[in-house]
Amino acid sequence: MPLGDLWMAYRMRWKRRRFLFRIWRKRRQIAPLQDRTAAIRPDTILCFATVRNEMARLPHFLQHYRKLGVGHFLIVDNHSDDGTAAYLAAQSDVSLWSTQHSYRLARFGMDWLGWLQWQYGHRHWCLTVDADELLTFPHADSRDLGDLTRHLDARGITSFGAIMLEMYPKGPIADVLHDPAADLLETLAWFDADNYREKTHPIYQNLWIQGGVRDRVFFAARPERAPTLSKVPLVRWHWRHVYVSSTHQMLPRRLNHVFDRVQDRRVTGVLLHTKFLPDIMPKSQEELTRRQHFENSDLYTTYHQHLAQGPDLWCPQSRHYDGWEQLTALGLMSKGDWD
Amino acid sequence: MLVHTAFDRAEQMIRHWSDAGCPVVVHVDRNVGQATYDAFVAAVADLATVSFSPRFRGEWGMWGLIAASQAASRQLLAQFPDIRHVYLASGACLPLRPVAELQAYLDARPDTDFIESVTTGDVQWTIGGLDSERFTLRFPFSWKRQRRLFDVFVLLQQTLRLRRRLPKGIVPHLGSQWWCLTRRTLTAILDDPRRVEFDRYFRQVWIPDECYYQTLVRLHARHIESRSLTLAKFDFQGKPHIFYDDHAELLARSACFVARKVWPRADGLYARFPRPPVEDQAQPEPHTGTIDRIFAQAVDRRTNGRRGLYMQSRFPFMDRENGFTAMPYSVLQGFDDIIPDLADWLTAQTRVIAHGHLFAPDRVYFAGGGTTYQGGLSDNARLRDYNAKMFLTNLIWNARDQHQCFQFGPSDNQPIKWMLTKDTQASVWVVTGAWAVSLFRSGRSASDVRSEAARLQQVENRFLNALRSPEARSRRHIMTLAEFLESPIDVLQGIMDDMVGHRAATLKKPPAMVDLDGFAQFLQDLKNQGMHPYLAGEFAAGDAMQTSRPRPRKPYVIAKK
Repeated sequence: MPLGDLWMAYRMRWKRRRFLFRIWRKRRQIAPLQDRTAAIRPDTILCFATVRNEMARLPHFLQHYRKLGVGHFLIVDNHSDDGTAAYLAAQSDVSLWSTQHSYRLARFGMDWLGWLQWQYGHRHWCLTVDADELLTFPHADSRDLGDLTRHLDARGITSFGAIMLEMYPKGPIADVLHDPAADLLETLAWFDADNYREKTHPIYQNLWIQGGVRDRVFFAARPERAPTLSKVPLVRWHWRHVYVSSTHQMLPRRLNHVFDRVQDRRVTGVLLHTKFLPDIMPKSQEELTRRQHFENSDLYTTYHQHLAQGPDLWCPQSRHYDGWEQLTALGLMSKGDWD
Repeated sequence: MLVHTAFDRAEQMIRHWSDAGCPVVVHVDRNVGQATYDAFVAAVADLATVSFSPRFRGEWGMWGLIAASQAASRQLLAQFPDIRHVYLASGACLPLRPVAELQAYLDARPDTDFIESVTTGDVQWTIGGLDSERFTLRFPFSWKRQRRLFDVFVLLQQTLRLRRRLPKGIVPHLGSQWWCLTRRTLTAILDDPRRVEFDRYFRQVWIPDECYYQTLVRLHARHIESRSLTLAKFDFQGKPHIFYDDHAELLARSACFVARKVWPRADGLYARFPRPPVEDQAQPEPHTGTIDRIFAQAVDRRTNGRRGLYMQSRFPFMDRENGFTAMPYSVLQGFDDIIPDLADWLTAQTRVIAHGHLFAPDRVYFAGGGTTYQGGLSDNARLRDYNAKMFLTNLIWNARDQHQCFQFGPSDNQPIKWMLTKDTQASVWVVTGAWAVSLFRSGRSASDVRSEAARLQQVENRFLNALRSPEARSRRHIMTLAEFLESPIDVLQGIMDDMVGHRAATLKKPPAMVDLDGFAQFLQDLKNQGMHPYLAGEFAAGDAMQTSRPRPRKPYVIAKK
C-alpha cells in the first residue's frame, strides 16, 4: 500500500474516533419518551430515523417498513407540533426519544442516531432513513429485508447501497390534493429515469451521484451544489461505525464500497424520496427562517423560495413508477447476484 | 438426508418423505448443539421409519460429508432390506412433484443410477483456480476457515511439483453431490475390497462430495444416467443458488423431482410444492432448459455488466472500458454547414435520431427541439458541461433502442472531444473547413470574419489532431470540404450505410445544399487578408461551384475477351 494511502487511512481512523467522541458528548441531547428496546431480539432488523412534523407520511412509512420486515423502530422526534410524538409513542414497535436541540448542529440528526446505533445497533442490520424515504430493492414484492440481509451475510457483505430517486407529482405541487390514507406513490408517481452523473468521492471513496429532478429544475446554475443522491442506508452495524454526512458516507471507508467496479454483481436498491408533497411549501417557508437543513444554508435560499411556490417538476420525459422491475430495467438499481 | 440448519423445514421434509413410504436416515451435523439435536430427534420420534445416523462434522469441501453419507447409507441399507434406490437429499431439498411420481419413475428404471458424473477434462468446474489439481494435490486445510494455510500449502506443492498418484484403475469424475443410486451400486461402493485405499485417497482430495461417488460409481454401476434428479444451481463463485417464492413458476415448469437450495422462509414454495398428483396425464421428463437459460443470462449480465450503464451498481473505471457507451452513434462535423436541414433529411432517410448541436455554447439542441430529453436530461448548457462525458453516456443509454447522431463543430464546446476520440462506439465524420461556408453565407466580408475564421480553424485543427493521435479508438472519416463537394452522394451514402448497419436505400440525388456561387472567391479573399483556410482543401479561384452539377461518370475498364 502506498504511503499516502496509509496516511489517509490513519487520518480517517482518527476522524472516525472524533465522530464517536462527538456522538458520546451529545448523548444527553435526546431524552427517552417511550423505551421499548427490551423487545429487540438478536436478529431484529432495526430502523433509525429523525422526524419533525411528519404526520402526513408516518403511517405509510411505518406500514412500508413493517411489511419489509423491520422489527423495531428507534426514532428521535425533533420538536414536532403536529402530534407526531403522540402517534409514534402509541406504536407497539417504536421506541421514541425527543430533543429540542438544533438539527443542523447535531449533524442533521446523525449525532443523535449515532448514539442510539452505538447502544442498540451493534451486530444488527440497521436501516437509517428519513421519514420521506421508502426503500425498495429487487424482488421487494416477494422477498423482505430478512431475505436480503441473509443473502448479504452469506457473501460477507456488510453494507447495502441505494440511490435516492425523487418522486414528484404531475402538475404544480401547489395544486396537488393528497389523501393521507391513499398510497403516497400514487400521488408522487413520476421520476427522472437517467440524468444522473457519478463520480467517486476522492476522500470517502463512495460513489457520488448527483442529478435527477432537483438538479434539472433548481440547480442548473450551480450543478456542483446539487444534492447528493447516493446513500448507504442499510448496514450490518458495529459500534465502531459512524455516518459522516447524512447516510451518504460512512467510516470506516470500506462500508462505502457498495458498487461494483468491474461487473454487475452487487445487489443495490432505491430510496423513493417522497418529499414533494404540498407540505413542502410551508416547510420550505419555515426553512427560510429556521435554516436547519443544509450546510451553507444561504446557497439554498433561492431553492427554498422556489419550492415554497409549489412549482411543476413534471416534464414530458418523466417516467411513471411501476415497481422494482422497472427500476432494474432502467439500471437505477441492480439485482446483482441475487436472482 | 443431511441436515445442519432450519430444523423446522427439515422436519417438514422428513415427514413428507416418510409419509410417502420412504424410510429416512437423518444425519445431523456434529456442530449442532446437543439440545437442538435432542429436540429435533424428539420432534420426529413418532415416525417409525425415521432413524438417525452417527454424527460427523460436515464442513464444505471436506471429508466429513462423505463419511456422513457412507454411514447413513449403510444404516439405511441394513435396516430396510427391501429398498432399491437411495436418494441423497438435504434439509433444504424440496420435492416439486409427488414422491409417488418419483417412485414410479424409479420403478420404471430399476437398474439405473442417477448421478452426474463427467470427467474433469470436459467441465469447467474451476473454483479458486483449481480443476484437475483437485485430484493431484493434497488439501488437508479448510478453504473456508484456514484460507491462508490452504493457499500457502497449494502454492508449496505447486512450486515443489508434488503430485499424488491416483489409485489404480480410477478415472476422476466430477458432478453434483446430490445423487440417487441403486442398492446394488451403493453396496458395491461401500463393500469394495479397496475401499480403505480409496477413502485414504479421497480424504485429501478437494471437495470430495463432488467426486467420491461420482468417480467410484464408474467402477461398479451397470447403467449410469449422468444427471442429478435434484435441480441445483450454482453461481459463478460456486455458491448454491437459493430459490425464493418468486421462482415458483420456473420450478413448476422444470418438472424436476427435487430442487435445492430452498430458502427456509419461502412459505409460498413450501405451500405450493410438492404439487398435488395429476390424474391421467403422461408423466413429463424433468427438463431444465428454461431454467438453465435464465440463469446463464443472469450470469452473463453479472460478469459482463451492462455496457454503457453507469449507475451505483456498476461504475467501471471509464478509461479502462472498451467503449464507454451503450450503442454505436455518429458524430457529424461540418455537414450541416453545407446541408442546412440535414437532421430532418437524415431522419427521413434512415429513421435515426438526429440531434442538432448537442454541445452548442448556449444550450443543448435535442432532436425534436424540446427543453428536456429522454431520462429527464436537461437542455441546460451548464449542467451538460459540468460532466459532459456522463451527459453523453446517459443520452446514448436512454435512447439505446435507436441509432443516434448529432452535429458537432468548432463553434461548439470542445471538452467532449477526447471522449469522441476514444470511444469505440463513436463514428466521427468530419468535413474540414466547412465552417467557412457558414461565414461565407453570413454575408459579411472576408476582412470582418478573418479573426473568427482563424479561431474556428484553430479549434478544428486541435480536434483533428486528437482524432489522428495514437489514443484515438473511434471510427474516423475525415475529408476536406473540396473532397466532399466532389462526390457528396458517395459520402452521404457511406454515412447512411454506417448508421443503419447495412446497405441503406441507394441515394438518387443529394439533399438540398447551399448555393456556393462565389465561395471560391471568398476563400481567396480570406487568403488575401493573410488568413489561409487550408482545412477547406483546394479550390481554384474563379471556379464556379455547382453543387448540383451532374456526377461525372465513373471510369470503367473493358475486359479483354
